[in-house]
Amino acid sequence: MPYTADRPKPKATSEELRARIPGWGADLDPKDRPAVPREQPGLETGAHWHFPDRQPEKWPRERSIEHEQLTPVFGTSTPLRGVSGAMRRAAYKYSEGRAAHWLILLAADRVDAWEHHLRSLATLRPDNPVTETGMLSEFSSHGIRSRFGKKRADLPHQALDPVVVAGPWLLAVGIAVAGIRSWRRRRC
Amino acid sequence: MKAMVYRGPYKVRVEEKDIPRIEHPNDAIVRVSLAAICGSDLHLYHGMMPDTRVGMTFGHEFVGTVHQVGSSVQNLKPGDRVMVPFNIFCGSCYFCSRGLYSNCHNVNPNATAVGGIYGYSHTCGGYDGGQAEFVRVPFADVGPARIPDWMDEEDAVLCTDALATGYFGAQLGDIGEGDTVAVFGAGPVGLFAAKSSWLMGAGRVIVIDHLEYRLEKARSFADAETYNFTEYDDIVLHMKKITDYLGADVVIDAVGAEADGNLTQHVASSQLKLQGGSPVALNWAIDSVRKGGTVSVMGAYGPMFSAVKFGDAVNKGLTLRMNQCPVKRQWPRLFDHIRNGYLKPSDIVTHRIPLEHIADGYHMFSAKLDNIIKPLVVPTAG
Repeated sequence: MPYTADRPKPKATSEELRARIPGWGADLDPKDRPAVPREQPGLETGAHWHFPDRQPEKWPRERSIEHEQLTPVFGTSTPLRGVSGAMRRAAYKYSEGRAAHWLILLAADRVDAWEHHLRSLATLRPDNPVTETGMLSEFSSHGIRSRFGKKRADLPHQALDPVVVAGPWLLAVGIAVAGIRSWRRRRC
Repeated sequence: MKAMVYRGPYKVRVEEKDIPRIEHPNDAIVRVSLAAICGSDLHLYHGMMPDTRVGMTFGHEFVGTVHQVGSSVQNLKPGDRVMVPFNIFCGSCYFCSRGLYSNCHNVNPNATAVGGIYGYSHTCGGYDGGQAEFVRVPFADVGPARIPDWMDEEDAVLCTDALATGYFGAQLGDIGEGDTVAVFGAGPVGLFAAKSSWLMGAGRVIVIDHLEYRLEKARSFADAETYNFTEYDDIVLHMKKITDYLGADVVIDAVGAEADGNLTQHVASSQLKLQGGSPVALNWAIDSVRKGGTVSVMGAYGPMFSAVKFGDAVNKGLTLRMNQCPVKRQWPRLFDHIRNGYLKPSDIVTHRIPLEHIADGYHMFSAKLDNIIKPLVVPTAG
């Protein structure tokens, strides 16, 4: 009853819950909750430095301009390269508060994927959209039974998703075919 | 070594990569014995997280054995069995020294708005992750901990993110005795948040999702009262009806960036990447909580804006609390709860996938096939 000061009657009392649910109320006191208070100085972390040694910077490492300096430790997973690398370098000229920063990075991600798809065609292991999308698990993991006859909210857009995923591939194949045909026409 | 490698949206494969090297005196190289695929890995897999580069190895939930240590490592030695929190943190910066390990300022040059995370794009520092045979672990004296002898490895791997994050989400809710707690999302983190809410004295725990098998798990694993939002025209209205028209005292958003339930939001965020995430679950949380209540957010969202109903939050006087979980702060208490039998994290594991078949694992998890809840990844190195 929200129109009086009364709290709604509980479905079960604390005693009933304690009896039914193992551990009920073990952390009832906020002091027993490990991140309370959230900021708590003086925790023993294992750090035995005031400021960490600096990891060698083997190539110019991109960084957010919101950092005063390169952090002492950083990941080295995939250095910038190619067109996507140039785009990412440009994105890091904007602060994290600017939409341009994130939008250029997202666009660079798509360019990066295409750069690698094209590069893979010149290798002994080209990209394989069948094995790399894991789509064969549709047959081994109850693809139909998992979806139909269920009340899944994602069902309406699942027909759309493959179009979004496969669309760029089909578009690229179409452009390539059109290009080859036009080249052959010019030669004849 | 063999490692999962990202090839672009919806595409991953296993490649041979060089074994990572010590790059800093406090690094360790860990041989991975067990990893997991996390729901938030799907945001990377779907191309939602900016600066996710082709060639990167994902995986921020893993355990393994120390293979090699750098010259300044004092607390670990080769052969130690370790669990590694998903946060990479230095232990000494302004934020770490106050316990905000997930907000470390010394490990992520690419952004200041988020800390360092294994295998989670360059926005989170550009570190390769643990869905591989070996992984570089920076600040080995700070992040990892030895796995207690009594602890099962599958329980340990779930402590590196899913369990700790779920528990942290309940903690952020400031749950008081008898509070009604609603959890949006019955994935691994939502299940753990629901289970943890009882430990903090909740009087009623409600879980909302659209996948019936997950709701069944919420009932059996977390003793939760469950509702499938597809059965209601308006889940917010239903939430009000079942809470005496007040709303829940605490609502936990355990869904994040790819919330379903609204086609327009799905297309705008998940497909067209026009938002940092679909705010459907977060908006439902804001609308379902009572005035003066608390909304806890541990669902992962991207750095761009999302159309969040902030006005409602202001006008209802809500407390919104959120962060990435500072995992290692949770461990001592979680270890006690596991040892006492209050929590059994590995109960939610449904699939164990060899590293070689990881593309299938990602697809199954993404498409929610085969009643999948939590897939583990098993490297097969001898």
